[in-house]
Amino acid sequence: MRRIEMILSRLVWFVPTMAGLVIIVFLISNVIPTDPVKVLLGENATPAQIEAMRVKLGYDQPLWVQLARHFHDIVSGNLGISIYSQRPISEDLAKRLPATLELTLTAIILSVALGIPLGVISALKRNSLLDHILRVISVSGLAIAAFWLALLLQFFFAMKLGVAPLNSRIDGFGPTPVTGLMIIDSMLDWDMESLHSALSHIALPALTLALPAAATIVRFTRAGVLDVINSNHVLYQRAMGLPPGLIVWKYVLRNALISTVTQIGLIFGVLVTNAVIVETVFDWPGIGTFAVQSILQSDHKAIIGFTIWIGALIVIVNLLVDITHSFIDPRGSR
Amino acid sequence: MTLLAVEDLSLGFATEAGFASVLDRVSLSIERGQVLGLVGESGCGKTTLARAILGVLPRETARITGGRVLFGGTDLLTAHPASVNQTIRGRAITFVPQDPFTSFNPVFTVGDQIMEILKWKSPRAAAPTGRGWLPAVVARYPSERKRADMDAVLELLDTVQLPRPQQMLRKYPHELSGGQRQRLMIAMALLPGPDLVIADEPTTALDVTIQAQILGLIRRLASERNVAVLLTTHDLGAAYEICDAVNVMYAGQDVESAPVDRFFASPAHPYTTKLLASLPDANGTASGIPGEVPGLITPPGGCRFHPRCERADGPCREVRPPVDQLGGGHWVRCYHPHGDAR
Amino acid sequence: MSAGWRRGLGRFASDRASALGLALLVVLILAAIFAPILAPFPGDVADFHTANRLRPPDTVNWLGTDRMGSDLFSRILFGARITITIAVVAVGAAVVIGVPIGLLAGYYGGWPSNFLMRVSDVFLAVPQIVLAIAIAQTLGPSIENVILALSITYWPFWARLVFAETRSLKNEVFIESAIALGASPLRVMTLHVLPNIASAIIVRTSIGMGGTILTAAALGFLGLGAPPPTPEWGRMIAESREFLPEAWWYATVPGVAIFVVVMGFNLLGDGLRDFLDPRIRRGARAK
Repeated sequence: MRRIEMILSRLVWFVPTMAGLVIIVFLISNVIPTDPVKVLLGENATPAQIEAMRVKLGYDQPLWVQLARHFHDIVSGNLGISIYSQRPISEDLAKRLPATLELTLTAIILSVALGIPLGVISALKRNSLLDHILRVISVSGLAIAAFWLALLLQFFFAMKLGVAPLNSRIDGFGPTPVTGLMIIDSMLDWDMESLHSALSHIALPALTLALPAAATIVRFTRAGVLDVINSNHVLYQRAMGLPPGLIVWKYVLRNALISTVTQIGLIFGVLVTNAVIVETVFDWPGIGTFAVQSILQSDHKAIIGFTIWIGALIVIVNLLVDITHSFIDPRGSR
Repeated sequence: MTLLAVEDLSLGFATEAGFASVLDRVSLSIERGQVLGLVGESGCGKTTLARAILGVLPRETARITGGRVLFGGTDLLTAHPASVNQTIRGRAITFVPQDPFTSFNPVFTVGDQIMEILKWKSPRAAAPTGRGWLPAVVARYPSERKRADMDAVLELLDTVQLPRPQQMLRKYPHELSGGQRQRLMIAMALLPGPDLVIADEPTTALDVTIQAQILGLIRRLASERNVAVLLTTHDLGAAYEICDAVNVMYAGQDVESAPVDRFFASPAHPYTTKLLASLPDANGTASGIPGEVPGLITPPGGCRFHPRCERADGPCREVRPPVDQLGGGHWVRCYHPHGDAR
Repeated sequence: MSAGWRRGLGRFASDRASALGLALLVVLILAAIFAPILAPFPGDVADFHTANRLRPPDTVNWLGTDRMGSDLFSRILFGARITITIAVVAVGAAVVIGVPIGLLAGYYGGWPSNFLMRVSDVFLAVPQIVLAIAIAQTLGPSIENVILALSITYWPFWARLVFAETRSLKNEVFIESAIALGASPLRVMTLHVLPNIASAIIVRTSIGMGGTILTAAALGFLGLGAPPPTPEWGRMIAESREFLPEAWWYATVPGVAIFVVVMGFNLLGDGLRDFLDPRIRRGARAK
């Protein structure tokens, strides 16, 4: 019952949070010196043309009327037409979202798969050489600029070694879109060539995103394991002669993961932040490149649309994290 | 017949201030089926001794500097660690912890935790030989044995007076009371069919009203099943209630051992007499022991009690008194024991 | 309490990692201050010598030259001034905005406080860089605008932190008794609450500096920072992209510079947390 209450209260807050987000982004994108209509029509447009376009796009209305219309549009699922692509923004975003999801999910899986075992080992072999090396790497992982790491990986693996493609998402046409995730779609098609291409294309951007995330997970897992390993229930199980591997990988890890799972919500925020940049470096056709392009072209509606989608995505991920948390921690300490 | 014999065990911990000598040539022995009380003030080393026998001292700081822990003729300190873990710890020697509140893992049901113990330590399972080829996390629990083990659990939960055991097993530790948790701990200690149960202050974390019940339960089950119990406690009353014999420790040294009636009737060591005198009498007045427990980084030489002892003289400060047999299983380590009536 | 502090101070000094962080930052700040003296070619911030373009590191150009033939070492030194200015001013402004908001909201409670915290939640719901990019873009590329964009997006972190700390402190006996003795709210907040949450703010600020530098560099990388020829590190990396893999030093040098500064702040922040963390100190006091 407590779980349902928690989920409901989060859902109730979802609406005002998203509304606040819309207002803030709207205000920010309107308090600006650049005039989107001028940008759209170019330097040579006549004042009459500009005025006509202004009326057509609704920029002649007072701010609050624009805002009200904007809310109406969003509630009806219409984020407007992208000034440049001349396609509905929701459509553009929906088309690009799977690419971003595939990239960030791969990065999360990679960082968890790397971070948790290394964190546990680091804690078990505390103050060993391995522990020191891992700690240096994990502190460094948080200090590297994502776009620079992306360039480094491109430099070594794509340019020097030639083992991975430099950018883009797949060679050729790719598999029949079902989920929109190339890796899964090519498995559904049983198309090994596409699968190989998809995996080799995602490797570098996913690694770029995963390394700092893995560094964070190593730190939290290590701290969590150290916290638990001296607890009385571990002492009890050791005293009762349970296999040491069982105690660590089943019981200690389960306790340590409670704090790590909470961190994954935060990590996801950082991942999405970095994805905006990393997608740009790797020409990854996700919503990050879309956002950067829209911003560089002063496409307000596209920026607002992107921000709403990202905000919603992060709020949903945090909700999922809270639900997961309530399952792995029966005490319901929140 | 001696089941467990600790011989001249010395160990200590590396601390920031230096090496703390926590046990100084401590000896102790338990007969099969005997309930032995290990008595002393907090910090006298009784919990450390219990953990040394169980082999769960903190790996990074503890250092054993001498002595043996003989169980059924094997020295647990030098035997192969993995084989001790598989065949003795949790099977022949089990453990009832001090704090039942924190000794259950909070995120697993108590049923899962009990069955985990039995999966590895059930008397119906053959003792494992060497390492299995599968990691322990994915080891199989044969379903036939699991059913038999479950029956044993339900029967024992009934014996330790836990009503509706089926429901109880599905609960998480925080949903149970302290008394219920400690009854479960006692059940878990008995299920593997041990020869020796080490109960480390099993009632200190509990309500006074429940303490007597838990102690009575331990005594009754130990007698019924002919299981030896090593009970550490600072509560002389508890020791009197349920023990066959009592060992006294002071600042990391064993000072006296006697069958329980002799211990209370004619204590020999000056520390023991002061400890007994410090119990509140019928009028409710208690007398403390003058002086302080010494630090263990630089403990007093000889008998560590000498700075607080009015009988102490030269030799007491230099050389630790040897074991002085007083007869009837009663011995003392003192140059000037009370009631010297041999 | 003083014993706890002294022990913490000893721990801080003996912790090699945080000492290294402090040393890195001191070297960097000195380099930034004395850049005009230390730089072998101080004019290269703006000058170019296309004949020398893309020279690998040698005895003249210690870290090589860029696409305009300018000395990278000199440009990195001057770039340190920009980076440090951005980090200090942006984080400083965010602290100045966020701390009073968090303090007032945490002290008074009620709907205005809820409203403020909801607003900061909204800011926290979107990745900083997204809002910062939007703001920096609308304001136009300049260092001042980068600083403004970062301050606007960073204040909620401090507001949230101070709010939570103030909330929990308000129930402490010493705060309640100060209120009961008739101390004015302003006095309670500045003399009783603030000193007790200062350590948490300091730790967050040190770690926040590292994050701010990374975000600022990312803005520069996207071309939203200072316009060329400003030697901004993120922009230098963006410029170097087309010369990979031949001119490896071009991308390496500013990247390492960013790494070193952020590392310095992170190590310092970690050390400060161990030293100042209220929970650790409370534990030491209880013993």
